[in-house]
Amino acid sequence: MREVVVLGVGMTKFGRSEHSMKEMFSMAALEALEESGLESKDLQALFIGNVLGGFEEGQMNIAPFLADEIGMRHGAPATRYEGACASATVAIRHAALMVGSGVYDLVMAGGAERTTIMGTPLATKTFAMGSHSEYERFTGITFPGIFAMVAHQYCAKYGIALADLKMSMARTAVKNHHNGTLNPLAHFKKEITVETVLNGPMIADPLQLFDCCPFSDGAAAIVLADAAKFKNKVRTPVYVAGTGQGSAGSTYRQKDLTRMAAREAAVRQAYDQAGIGPSDVDVCELHDCFTIAEVVALEMLGFAEFGQGPAAVDRGDTSLTGRIPINPSGGLKAKGHPIGATGAAQAYEIVKQLRGECGERQVNGAKIGLVDTLGGDFSTVCSLVLRRD
Amino acid sequence: MRQYPLTFNEFKQGLQDGKLLGLRCLDCGTVVVPPGAVCTSCGSSKFERDSFARKGTIRTFTVIRVGPEGFQPPYVVAMVELRDGPYIVGNLVGIEPEKASLDLIGKSVSVGARIVPPESPEGGVEGMAFAFELE
Repeated sequence: MREVVVLGVGMTKFGRSEHSMKEMFSMAALEALEESGLESKDLQALFIGNVLGGFEEGQMNIAPFLADEIGMRHGAPATRYEGACASATVAIRHAALMVGSGVYDLVMAGGAERTTIMGTPLATKTFAMGSHSEYERFTGITFPGIFAMVAHQYCAKYGIALADLKMSMARTAVKNHHNGTLNPLAHFKKEITVETVLNGPMIADPLQLFDCCPFSDGAAAIVLADAAKFKNKVRTPVYVAGTGQGSAGSTYRQKDLTRMAAREAAVRQAYDQAGIGPSDVDVCELHDCFTIAEVVALEMLGFAEFGQGPAAVDRGDTSLTGRIPINPSGGLKAKGHPIGATGAAQAYEIVKQLRGECGERQVNGAKIGLVDTLGGDFSTVCSLVLRRD
Repeated sequence: MRQYPLTFNEFKQGLQDGKLLGLRCLDCGTVVVPPGAVCTSCGSSKFERDSFARKGTIRTFTVIRVGPEGFQPPYVVAMVELRDGPYIVGNLVGIEPEKASLDLIGKSVSVGARIVPPESPEGGVEGMAFAFELE
């Protein structure tokens, strides 16, 4: 495989937007192109994450429209990737594989989503379409419900009191909200306390409102290129050192929801390709769609022993100055979660961290970063290892 | 063309007849419920159809307070390990959602189903959801 370099990244502010998906993506894409010192007509292909465009704006097959919107030449292929919340990371991985294998020299990947236009009832209904349509959907299960079942199963498996687990979950929300206050592009920029979390309305027992990430609008983009030809175009080259992706079936086939085979396979592939292990990672953006999701991800990504995720949180390991800073951007929890764009925004943050451009939320001296994005009922998980020299 | 070993519609009709239909792998003995194209353990597609015990044990659960369009919260969703091995997800009925607590995990349940009519006369399919009751 050829070495793949990141030439530029771009991202909109996350939150509620009046912009269409085409407008949002254009803003992110043109920023990424400007950083790259390139023009859109130079791009050979576009890889787009988008999940619910048909429900949101009545826009199916969005990738060609986005390519045209940013001025890519007609004839260059543009493809939508859909892996629920992991869509953009899957798009980036396939873009990197295509460049690495020599099919293309210069491409763009990214994602766009406008969830808030749907309103909560339709959004919850469409999100729930990520569960098995014959054998789960009609139970009325929701994404918060799935992760609520993770939390309860975690308590039963490890013999931990629910009140103790909920305290670690609440601390995770507090930490991510704090990080969000340091990110100008975050959906929420407000400090919260453990009490804020524990006094919130119940969404799916035991998850309360502040255990859950919001629905957001936003877009993000990344320009990838063959390093041999293009790395001299950027001052601080960041490389795609490893990628991985895994799939697994519905929750009832996975059985133990505290262990996610797709994630464990994905991150192992990414670590192996990069020739690193978890102790080499300086900073990580992981998929904290719910607070319990971050706690268990710490274990599966190798940052804590199984059963010790809550202890790692309680020790402060995951804070900006901790042993392994997690979600310096604020994560899905505070930065926001425009589903099909989320993975690209995670990659944006890691690229900025490795370049040392993150201001108050900068993780000092970060050289290797991990992106972990989870889709559906952990049925699609994708990982990226990024590094600088 | 290969035959699908036990279709969704046949499985659903079984539930309406009070039976939990499923597949037993002829190569490794694994029970596959709900049915699928191949064995979840060994990948074989050599199956025999059978009817399995409508009994199981709760492995995890939640109370949904904010539901998708068309649902009336609060209601309980649980994941149950069937006596014959497979896990299924369904609704725990016949209890007050407010009384659902971690004590439910490990409790025995019987397994039935609720049949859900199509969303409209013009489209959609008749669906089903497993329904569990504490023994």
